[in-house]
Amino acid sequence: MTGYILKRLVSAIPVLLGISVIVFLIMALIPGDPATAILGSYATPENVEKLNRDLGLDQGLVARYFIWLGNMLQGDFGRSFALNRPVIDEVLDRFGATLILAGTSFVLCSILGIAAGVVSAARQYGFADKAITFVVLLGISIPSFFLGMMMILIFAVKLRWFPVSGMWPIYGDRNFLVLLDHLAMPALALAVVATGVVARLARSAMLEVLRQDFIRTARAKGVRERRVIWRHALRAAMVSIIPVLGIQAGFVLSGAVYIEMVFQWPGVGRMLVDAILKRDILLVQGGVVFIAACYVMFNILVDVAQALLDPRIKT
Amino acid sequence: MMAFFKLLARNRLALLGLIVIGIVVLLAVITPLLPLADPDVTDTPNRFKPPFSSGAILGTDHLGRDLLSRLMWGTRLSLAMGFAAAVIAAALGSAIGIIAGYFGGRTDNLIMRGVDMLMAFPYILLALAIVAALGPGLMNALIAVAAVNVPFFARNIRGITVGIAHKEFVDAARLAGMRDRQIIVSEVLPNVAPVIVIAMSTTVGWMILETAGLSFLGLGSQPPQADLGSMLGEARAALITNPHTSVVPGAMILIIVMGINLLGDGIRDALDPRLKSGALSRPMAATQVDRKDPVPAATNSLLDIAALRTEFRVRGRVYKAVGGVDLHVEKGECLGIIGESGSGKSATALSVMGLVASPPGVITHGAVHFDGADLIGAPYKILRSLRGRRVAYIFQDPLATLHPLYRVGDQLIEAIQAHEQVSKPAARARAIDLLKSVRIPNAENRIDSFPYEMSGGMRQRVGIAMALANGPDVIIADEPTTALDVTVQAQILSVLSDLRRDRGLAIIFITHDFGVVGQLCDRVAVMYAGRIVEEGPTDAVLSAPQHPYTSRLIDCVPTLGGGQRKLAAIPGRPPMVDRLPEGCAFADRCDKARDACRAGDIALVATDAGRKTRCLFPENMERARA
Repeated sequence: MTGYILKRLVSAIPVLLGISVIVFLIMALIPGDPATAILGSYATPENVEKLNRDLGLDQGLVARYFIWLGNMLQGDFGRSFALNRPVIDEVLDRFGATLILAGTSFVLCSILGIAAGVVSAARQYGFADKAITFVVLLGISIPSFFLGMMMILIFAVKLRWFPVSGMWPIYGDRNFLVLLDHLAMPALALAVVATGVVARLARSAMLEVLRQDFIRTARAKGVRERRVIWRHALRAAMVSIIPVLGIQAGFVLSGAVYIEMVFQWPGVGRMLVDAILKRDILLVQGGVVFIAACYVMFNILVDVAQALLDPRIKT
Repeated sequence: MMAFFKLLARNRLALLGLIVIGIVVLLAVITPLLPLADPDVTDTPNRFKPPFSSGAILGTDHLGRDLLSRLMWGTRLSLAMGFAAAVIAAALGSAIGIIAGYFGGRTDNLIMRGVDMLMAFPYILLALAIVAALGPGLMNALIAVAAVNVPFFARNIRGITVGIAHKEFVDAARLAGMRDRQIIVSEVLPNVAPVIVIAMSTTVGWMILETAGLSFLGLGSQPPQADLGSMLGEARAALITNPHTSVVPGAMILIIVMGINLLGDGIRDALDPRLKSGALSRPMAATQVDRKDPVPAATNSLLDIAALRTEFRVRGRVYKAVGGVDLHVEKGECLGIIGESGSGKSATALSVMGLVASPPGVITHGAVHFDGADLIGAPYKILRSLRGRRVAYIFQDPLATLHPLYRVGDQLIEAIQAHEQVSKPAARARAIDLLKSVRIPNAENRIDSFPYEMSGGMRQRVGIAMALANGPDVIIADEPTTALDVTVQAQILSVLSDLRRDRGLAIIFITHDFGVVGQLCDRVAVMYAGRIVEEGPTDAVLSAPQHPYTSRLIDCVPTLGGGQRKLAAIPGRPPMVDRLPEGCAFADRCDKARDACRAGDIALVATDAGRKTRCLFPENMERARA
């Protein structure tokens, strides 16, 4: 298993390089003089000249890429001109909040989505199946930002169950329960679409598996139906569910942008939108590369989970 | 094509989606013609008028602009953006996919590597990066959304193209001297076009959502022009005081996307052949029973199948897989059931414990008495407690019938623990003993193997061990040796034979192999088209078959050293069990058939001691009488 993990880690290197190339090329699309674009139109000539030197903007595209890559490998993602601090510091400060939000949503969408899909498949064409199918359709059709706004309206303003927005209260304790209170609505709003996608896939994967011969064997043994469904069938269905969970991890990680805007969540997503509106290019670049790299790493975890689950995968 | 539309129309939800989208698109198209207020004229004294106020049905927004008008124009813009993004993404992605799939080799490799890289990005992030570079704006948001969806189309269309590029008609076109570009346009494109359309129909909803999302963040359409997303974004500041300004555009997005998704699902279902054949329904825990006729009385036999009828109901058709079967087996006895594939022998066997896949299977008639109690329609609880404990099954292909992801030991332990409260170590010890009893060498180690690590013969021994786990009274073996080679088959048979002698097991052995029957079974029943055509002691039936089908079946079996005898295949095919003929089902293939054979139902009548035949003109009767 260790060997397999190492192999997957090594195979992530070209993907990470590819991602850096793509981000670099996208940023090279910036029209006009990059230094002015990065520093804004009020930059002093000295600053422009210094930036040109630091980023190698006076050199060719390829040379510029390697300078940028080299800097990143040393932990230097550049400096945000709007915030006047190193990009990496800002990203790391905010990444925790995004991770808490996206991580909670990921757990929610995995558990709820799989549960809904399994129940739906086990009760195919029954009332539960139809109800779940309808709710899932609603879930994948509603924009998460609109859902979040409606949740604020209903559960925060009307019912006063949860705080309207933010991660922590301005005054008062910062403990786990307070965090949960603030986290509940945004995490749920972010999880809804992903839950729908997982539920749909889990349902069809379960239906596929439930027709297999080994399910009949389990029933012929006298295994209880609940165990047939939740152990035998789900275990086999997980093989096709897990890759989709990996995709959903990327979805909640990046979809957090909307939810962070709606709920004033102090995460990387909101930082990115602010940075784009302020044309703080280096901050955007750094943030995007960082999140994409995290996603690649998470997918290695997914592959390892898959290998642990399915002994037929050669590790 | 017509069939497709019919199928779509039958799906009421898809039709609903089509109607919703149709209305929305129609309204969006005629918006400029409608007598609406100017969407961009501000009127701050009249800001935040509630819905249903005079002059503004949906109220006004934070600048006093008419919400209905803004909604209509916003819908128009959102739809246009979504469709445009879908068309651009489909065109670019399909072009890339077709090129990669058609040319293959290094081109393919290079392109698909790039596509994989792009797919390694969470796509919203990629869209943000593109907007960041190009700057916020409607067109840039459109470009970003289209760009991030290109890989999806490229990958899907490439897959289809690869399949087409190796078809005969493409080779023919190439031989005819057509150039690649011509072939792509005239041969490949028409074949991938439907797939492109389907992919578009399932993604256009996403693209509308994504463009709305970018606008919501302030990165898409810029004021005063507004799509639904930016309307929602602007309304957010007044969410708590004036929720209607948020609800109106948000609900519209929801309606549009839901309509598109309903329609897309409908199209997908209509094109999925598996859904049509009902192959996507899952079997329930026990076979459905729909039995209206009186239940046959119990007998003294250990297991007694009486007048059993099991049918498969598929799309209005009824396949009578088991058409009234009577069988019984006593303690320590081995009964063989023999017949061609599709003769209903497996369906008979699976009906006993309610294991016929249902849907589509339904038991409609008869009874299965085990130890005096009727199992047909018995509550699931009772069936479950008997399954494996008193009546156990061995199935044909042990690679498919063992769970691929659990160790064989765990599957054995589960079989034990399903009926007994045993600790795991104790169950494990018993599992090892079971493996030893079916002569698996090195059982202590083999118990931790996965099924895929074992040979076919070993796996089938595991299957037998599992059936023995709870010391059942009856074992129903459904072609347990069919997938195995001859030497392994002989070993398995000898294992079964010993078990039967040692434990007094009753065995129902289903096979299409007379050799196996002769080796193992005391009695044999021959099935044809869902009914028993002949039954009797194995030796008698094999040496003097009375039903023409039985004798023809025996004539099909090659014997070693029997070079003089001509192998006689039976002409024709068994009848379809949804269209059984009047009278004898074998009549059309029987060279002795007369008019009387086709006149009416033929009973299974006793001919000799312990023998029954369903034939008006049985063979070998003289010899039997003599």
